[in-house]
Amino acid sequence: MTTMTDPPQASFRLSMLINDTRYRSYTFQFIALMLLIVSFAYLGSNLASNLAAAGLNISYQFLGSPAGYDINQTLIDYSSQSTNANAALVGILNTLLVAFMACVTATILGVIAGVLRLSNNWLVSKLMSFYVEIFRNIPVLIWIIIIFTIMIAVLPGPRAFRGDDPAASMLFDAIAFTNRGVYIPAPVWGAGSMVVVTIFILSVIGVFSYRRYATKLLYDTGRLLPMGWPSFAILIVPTLLSFFIMGMPIGLEYPALKGFNFAGGIKIGGPLIALWIALSIYTGAFIAENVRAGIQAISKGQTEAAASLGLRPGRIMNLVVLPQALRVIIPPLISQYLNITKNSSLAIAVGYADITATLGGITLNQTGRAIECVLLLMLFYLTISLSISAIMNVYNNSVKLKER
Amino acid sequence: MSDQNAASSVAFVRTEQVPPAPPPFSTSGPVKWARDNLFSTPFYTVLTILAVYFIYVVLANTLPWILNGVWAASSLAECREVLDGVSGGCFAVLTERWNQLLFGFKYPSDLYWRPTLAFILLFVAAAPVLFYKLPRQLLIITGLFPFVAYYLIWGGTIWTPILALAGVMVGYLVYARLVSGSFAAGFFGGIAAAFVVWIIGGMLIPQDANEAAVMQAIPSRDLGGFMLNMMLGVTCVSLSLPLGIALALGRQSNMPLIKWICVIFIEFIRGVPLITLLFVASVMLAYFFPPETTTDLFLRVVIMITMFSAAYIAEVIRGGLAALPRGQYEAADSLGLDYAQAMRLIILPQALKISIPGIVNVAVGLFKDTTLVSVISMFDLVGMIRGPILASTEWNGVYWELLGFAALLFFVVCYGISQYSQWLERQLATDHR
Repeated sequence: MTTMTDPPQASFRLSMLINDTRYRSYTFQFIALMLLIVSFAYLGSNLASNLAAAGLNISYQFLGSPAGYDINQTLIDYSSQSTNANAALVGILNTLLVAFMACVTATILGVIAGVLRLSNNWLVSKLMSFYVEIFRNIPVLIWIIIIFTIMIAVLPGPRAFRGDDPAASMLFDAIAFTNRGVYIPAPVWGAGSMVVVTIFILSVIGVFSYRRYATKLLYDTGRLLPMGWPSFAILIVPTLLSFFIMGMPIGLEYPALKGFNFAGGIKIGGPLIALWIALSIYTGAFIAENVRAGIQAISKGQTEAAASLGLRPGRIMNLVVLPQALRVIIPPLISQYLNITKNSSLAIAVGYADITATLGGITLNQTGRAIECVLLLMLFYLTISLSISAIMNVYNNSVKLKER
Repeated sequence: MSDQNAASSVAFVRTEQVPPAPPPFSTSGPVKWARDNLFSTPFYTVLTILAVYFIYVVLANTLPWILNGVWAASSLAECREVLDGVSGGCFAVLTERWNQLLFGFKYPSDLYWRPTLAFILLFVAAAPVLFYKLPRQLLIITGLFPFVAYYLIWGGTIWTPILALAGVMVGYLVYARLVSGSFAAGFFGGIAAAFVVWIIGGMLIPQDANEAAVMQAIPSRDLGGFMLNMMLGVTCVSLSLPLGIALALGRQSNMPLIKWICVIFIEFIRGVPLITLLFVASVMLAYFFPPETTTDLFLRVVIMITMFSAAYIAEVIRGGLAALPRGQYEAADSLGLDYAQAMRLIILPQALKISIPGIVNVAVGLFKDTTLVSVISMFDLVGMIRGPILASTEWNGVYWELLGFAALLFFVVCYGISQYSQWLERQLATDHR
């Protein structure tokens, strides 16, 4: 017969704080907390005495006072009399604008380069690996500066477009590439243009519902409706008809030389274009690697199995390979989008008025409110980053392999 | 009688074996290769033609420019005179401003041998770390290198690096003495001992030692050029590795407070661009130092870049830790190893091996990001090009040669590092596939 002796009644001794695993973690955490508090108190007291010595205080009053500087590229109404908060808002919108544009083009470039790098064409695949290696191994700041230099040093000035036999001419008589920026036609919204836009939006919805109906029909009855030309027709025909019935309400305002510069149309500044192109091709190289890795991660057996079921190559890609490859591609792709957003802060090197250049640059230097400006700047980028990673987590959970 | 003899006498029947003929011209050799790899489908044919045309256009424009390049001239105008309207690069700016590109424009020119020597020693010091087949005794040089390099580049009194070295040695001796008892005691005891030596020694060094020194003291703001990029890259990568390991272990810890400190630190740093952290270094960090001290910009930038790359390295190492099978942790526990032993002997060696490609990626990215310091008006390679050189009257307008040179330097270093990491991965592959 076994007897159980009672465990020795634990009387707490001080040495148990170190030697007993039940209490040791509390000791360590307590020490860490103390260290944290002490270091914060030390930094805080340094900050307080430094601010007092410099006669400063922490205050966000400056956001409401007039900014006093002009911004050459704005999406919203802004003048030098607007407040600093307004200037920061212009910067935020500019950051989001260039980040969005670069994300779109970097994805297109990256997918094309990644797929071509896997192609059987030796020359093209070597060319693409050359592109990837060159752009991945040279700092993006150097690329931004190189492309900005092309913008200002190689493109002709507005003066070159003048005269009977000009040195430079506009592309299709509509787009002018100058060293001050690129001028493109601006749409002019006449009376009745809302009708056309509404019909266009309705036809986009129509295309989606037609495709959904066709897919449902295919799964239910096995009847295959044509997909390509009906969607195209639904998209184009009603819009064109309404456009001509309403008497062509949407026109284009072409840029034209007026005095020393172009007037009319939309001006896209040189810095914006340099930043956009540089971020696109730099990040495109990284995305190409992600795409390649994603496609290579799908085993050849999947393609062969799909082929032996009798699927055509296009459908193998759409129905078998891509859905699996996307699961591998999307998470690094989204972190590349995040990198684009963060790298867009390099705009300050070429003078594009993003949030770093307005709030962290001119406003900071004019008001001397270094701590407030940098904190706001970090808060903005942190918000963007955390919301993008939140979206990524939701997506990751939705495509996670459903296992038993 | 015999059919065979009868058959062999017929004129049109062969009697000997036909020697094997070579395959037809179109299915062997370069032609077959070209048909398989360049012209297999009409689409690929079009792509090939486009690619060839693209390569032709690029080469037709750049080759004459490079071959006609002028290597000896004292200004852009003189360059254009020599070229006389022919397309050609003005590489004379590289030879003319070579020292500025490498060392910045303030470093005393008669002392260039000091950073150059430090650069050569860097290879000697890095060799035993990079190639583990070299004799282990060379690691002594690696250990001494930071102090020697500091003395060479900054100069000043020799007692500063000697004191720093003495502190580290005493710390190591205390650690070696105490570590058999417990790792924590050895670790913290070693750090405490090192600090004691530094503080006591700091009082012994006379205040005016720098003026009387044999090696002329160079202030940090005089550093520049590619040297600055190399220094920032090497220093920050080596400092951020231990910090990154500590953060990764902290994030895996089951003590909630320590875990959350690490998580908040990592996510905060990863969420903001490096440039805002550099702004912190240049305009904000000074407020957090004790009022009477002045910390130089180089040190502040090193602190911020180290924190930045430590957060990224921590995430890479966390991936390595997570990739280890649970059995490894349990096996270490069942051997009776404590936390420090299990991590040092079982977990980290394997986790770090898995993380090598990721760590190298971070290192390459960090080295590229050192160009960002030009935004906070430090004159690194890009800062030198955009600032003093392009703004000078002689070389105003020489863009491509300078930017191309900078791009080439970075490409060589970064591509070299990534090739090394692939080689190392193959060397360390112990699984049999």
